Amino acid sequence: MTHTTIPLPGVMTHSEAELRQVFLRQVEDIPAGERIKRCIQCGTCTGSCPVSYAMDISPRQLIALFRAGEMEAIMKSRTIWICASCYACTTRCPSGIKVTDIMYALKRTAMEKHRKSSAPQVQILANLFIDNLRSYGRLHEGTLIRKYYARTGVTKLLGFVPLVMKMYRTKRLALFPKKIKAYQSLSRIVKKAQEIEMREAPEPLLYSPEYVGYKGLDNLTLEPRKGE
Amino acid sequence: MTVKYAYYPGCSLEKTQRGYDESVREVFKALGQELIEIEDWNCCGATVYMSVKETVSLAVSARNLALAEKMGLEILAPCSSCFTVLTKTNRVLREIPGMHQDVNEALAEGGLTYGGTTRVRHPLDILMNDIGLETVRKRIRRNLNGLKIAPYYGCQIVRPEKGFDDREDPVLLDRLFRGCGGDVVYFPLKVRCCGGMLMTTFEETALKLNRELLQCAQANGAEVIVTTCPLCHFNLEAYQGKINRRFGTDFDMPILYFTQLLGIALGLAAGSLGLDSSFIPLGGKITSLAEAAYA
Repeated sequence: MTHTTIPLPGVMTHSEAELRQVFLRQVEDIPAGERIKRCIQCGTCTGSCPVSYAMDISPRQLIALFRAGEMEAIMKSRTIWICASCYACTTRCPSGIKVTDIMYALKRTAMEKHRKSSAPQVQILANLFIDNLRSYGRLHEGTLIRKYYARTGVTKLLGFVPLVMKMYRTKRLALFPKKIKAYQSLSRIVKKAQEIEMREAPEPLLYSPEYVGYKGLDNLTLEPRKGE
Repeated sequence: MTVKYAYYPGCSLEKTQRGYDESVREVFKALGQELIEIEDWNCCGATVYMSVKETVSLAVSARNLALAEKMGLEILAPCSSCFTVLTKTNRVLREIPGMHQDVNEALAEGGLTYGGTTRVRHPLDILMNDIGLETVRKRIRRNLNGLKIAPYYGCQIVRPEKGFDDREDPVLLDRLFRGCGGDVVYFPLKVRCCGGMLMTTFEETALKLNRELLQCAQANGAEVIVTTCPLCHFNLEAYQGKINRRFGTDFDMPILYFTQLLGIALGLAAGSLGLDSSFIPLGGKITSLAEAAYA
């Protein structure tokens, strides 16, 4: 019997390494993001989270999975999509970890690497929100909600009829979106910012199968350090 | 002393949450402050943008900071989400090397540049820390007369930044309304999340969160919940009927923006505070206070 077919602890698949690289680049962009290394697995984040009961992986487990080299498992979970961004975990973490920002980084990783989401509706809403902003410069809630339910279940729109009537009666209904005057200038700003983001895209992956734990945070290009 | 602010209403306040917009404008006017709306402001991008695209979202949000900088004024942002996003943009630009430069490179395409000096303020902060409770109290025309109030702060004005109030147990709303003669009830869920956008993406979870908030307020005898955030407000108000149907509850809890209730206490005309935009009947006590104020 040999053990060659069994993945050894600490050995990663190529896709895992790829996800880690994208994630670690995101973490680098969080002020004090490297504090993720200080996680003591106390569970204060999970205990503080008002929606952890509805998650399949708790926030604490999420960090443990990252440390163990299980990015794929995180990508499949609904946890990162259900986070409502209330920052309760971030303010309470005794190690000062920016848990909410870590959630954002994981969301961005999943979207950048096109991982199939267990909660695709969140990505749909996010993309429609961004489209809406780009088209008008301001958010038009009516358009956003209409398009969202057109994509996720058009029959649910009927349920909104009483609410829309109420909004109309109380003069809270904006029927049509309004473009800001500097709409074209805003579009140019967005386009340029996108170019900048592309310019700073990662270098080709330097694959090193030994990188798990918090390694890679010391050296975000994933190059093995001397003596390791 | 009149202080001028660059007013950033944000998208919700334009129409769907006009009660907040109208009451903020009226209250500040009554207290002698001048709000100058930032001309041609754009959406701050909210949590959604921030969580999925970095440089782009920062540039979009920073455009507003740059416009206010040109006016030489602090931004007044009543919406919790706008407040947090704009504040966070300032911090990220300061803390991530190269980011400020990148964002300015993008802003230049729109003929703008941002020096990083615009301070972002929330109306509650200005009311309590700049104007001060004593000054506000001198202007009170209508004692709230023991009205039982649950002060709901929500998330994003107290977190994540170490801001103008305590993050676990904020007290400014409590003090403000006690100062107006209200009876601020015990409301331990004052900073518990309402679910925000989850009402669209994970409705069941969000309904449960809002039910707990309403339950807590009701159990402690509240006659009204005051809010500081358009999204909290909408979830608690517009979905109350659905919560009742889903959980067999009987909530009939008026939800008011803190500036609306303060406006009533200041004796401002009910018609100018957007009280008619409420979905839930305000009930006898609030209505008579508001009408008395109007007379």
